[in-house]
Amino acid sequence: MSTKADPDYGDTGSIKEWNLRLFITDWTPRCVVAYKNLNRICSKHLKDMCQIEVVDLLENPEIARREQIVAIPTLMKMSPKPERIMIGDFTDEERVLKTLGIERHRKRTR
Amino acid sequence: MSNTRKLATLTVLEKVPTGIQGLDEITGGGLPKGRPTLIYGSAGSGKTLLGMEFLVRGSTQFNEPGVFMSFEETEKELTTNVSSLGFDLNSLIASDKLAIDHVVIERSEIEETGEYDLEGLFVRLAAAIDSIKAKRVVLDTIEVLYSGLSNTGIIRAELRRLFRWLKDKGVTTIVTGERGGETMLTRHGLEEYVSDCVIFLDNRVTLEQSTRRLRIIKYRGSAHSTNEFPFIIDENGLSILPITSVKLEYPASTERLLTGVKRLDEMLEGKGYLKGSSILVSGMVGTGKTSLAANFVDAGCRRGQRCLYFAFEESARQIIRNMRSIGINLEPWTKKGLLQFDAARVSEMGLEKHLLSVQRTINKFKPELVVVDAITDFNNLDSLQEVRQMVLRLIDFFKIKDITAMCTSMSSRTGLEDTGVGLSSAFDTWIHLTNVQDNLERNRTLVVVKSRGMAHSNQVREFVMSSKGVELLDIYATPAGAFMGTARLAQKAADEAAEIIRHEGMTSRERQITEKRRALEARINAMTAEFEADVKETEMVLGQEKARDRILAASRKALSNHRKADVTADKRNK
Repeated sequence: MSTKADPDYGDTGSIKEWNLRLFITDWTPRCVVAYKNLNRICSKHLKDMCQIEVVDLLENPEIARREQIVAIPTLMKMSPKPERIMIGDFTDEERVLKTLGIERHRKRTR
Repeated sequence: MSNTRKLATLTVLEKVPTGIQGLDEITGGGLPKGRPTLIYGSAGSGKTLLGMEFLVRGSTQFNEPGVFMSFEETEKELTTNVSSLGFDLNSLIASDKLAIDHVVIERSEIEETGEYDLEGLFVRLAAAIDSIKAKRVVLDTIEVLYSGLSNTGIIRAELRRLFRWLKDKGVTTIVTGERGGETMLTRHGLEEYVSDCVIFLDNRVTLEQSTRRLRIIKYRGSAHSTNEFPFIIDENGLSILPITSVKLEYPASTERLLTGVKRLDEMLEGKGYLKGSSILVSGMVGTGKTSLAANFVDAGCRRGQRCLYFAFEESARQIIRNMRSIGINLEPWTKKGLLQFDAARVSEMGLEKHLLSVQRTINKFKPELVVVDAITDFNNLDSLQEVRQMVLRLIDFFKIKDITAMCTSMSSRTGLEDTGVGLSSAFDTWIHLTNVQDNLERNRTLVVVKSRGMAHSNQVREFVMSSKGVELLDIYATPAGAFMGTARLAQKAADEAAEIIRHEGMTSRERQITEKRRALEARINAMTAEFEADVKETEMVLGQEKARDRILAASRKALSNHRKADVTADKRNK
């Protein structure tokens, strides 16, 4: 798992099956909660198959415009397809799993 | 001195000019500086264009760069849409005078779980503002957030925070909103957050002509007009039609302008129209309205005044030709550039465009005299009420410009009170022309119904047009009736004949009287003489009597002396 704020997200070195990108505006309490929740869910269900990339928009505001970010925190599932977008602090675990398709994936690999 | 000035700047709400024609006038200087203004209206009412023009004019005219955050149209769509208004957004963006950010929120793509905020929007806005040092911001239409996100509680809280943040940033903001239902101005109650200035845009379609209107619903700390102002969007952007009727502060001139018709001047105190006044010439078809207008213009050009003639019924050539037949040659004036005709079919454009076109032409040509022939041509463009409003605005505009204006009006009925648009009170001078048909001929009459600021004749005059020009004649009024035209001539001849006979009769009777008087005088003289003779005789008789008395007394004394009467006894007797 790595934390990156590179605008080009050139981080494909470690090939993980799950690539998530979390957009934050600095580590506000809500962003911290969101990250912790997400990290917990991923660790629990995806073990080390998951990479969460954190993008701080304050460091590069242009990304917000390019990626059409309005709400914070925003999570983008880059892979596996289909791409999904979630906003919020991910307190509802079931909802997160469902939206990201993790449950389905788990069933399939079982 | 410096103290009072400081006080003034503290209390007066600072405003930012929009540069949009007419808007700064009706808002008394523009939008509240550093504060948000809500512009709402239904779809297609011109909110986006108003917002964009606010930014374009801000950056080009007032050196205030602007950020346009669009929630609906893409940058490309915006650029294309406003290019027809002559705004080149690409070059403004390239020169860092404008930044556009198109915000896309697709609800179907976004899942919500738990709490979030709209900090992403803040980051984008802040970045855009900082990138060009923007002073103006437009959010069009931020209500889209409500359809893109489901947690309205969060949206409301974040909007409140956004507007506070914008105020802190000190940027002058326009927030657009969709017109709401019955309980709210906007669909999602944006007016709750924007309390300084609220403007409503409306687009109504009446008689197949769409009319755009603007109204200031609220402007905290600033006097504003509550009127509805028509506006148009054309190749010059947005234009709000002038203010007018807000204040009646015109220069009131006492200078006079001759009418071009000698007898009409005489009816108006011998001096003609008041400079800067508005004159209504009403009458049915063929009563000579255009001829009177041509005289007005001709007289103006003779004085070297620039004249503008709006002809909605005939072409310039037709008018020049027709007027030549009554001895008025307008052609030299047009060649000299003193007279300009502006002929257009009324149906070519809507009422507002006409009003604006008239104003633009006037601003360009700068005439002292204007003729609108005829204002009633506007009647079929809109409801009578709208036309009335327009004519009022037009008159106000003329007054502000100190233009002496003559408007002709086609009345449909023969009644005097019918001006065609029911606007007589708006005009200073009202001349009514009629056609009177009698004895198989039609004759024209003219009457000055009213003329403010002067004593005017109340007489109806016969209005005669010939190759020699326009003339006013007295109507031949006798106890038997009033006569005009041929009847006037006939009656006059008959009356003159009768007069001669009567005159001759009169002289013979005069002679008799003189004779009688002479006889009477002779008799009086005779009687006076007789009387005087009587008096003399009486006096003579009286004198004789007195003489006899004296003689008698004297003789009595002599007698007593002679008798030697006792003196004392005599004395005692006395």
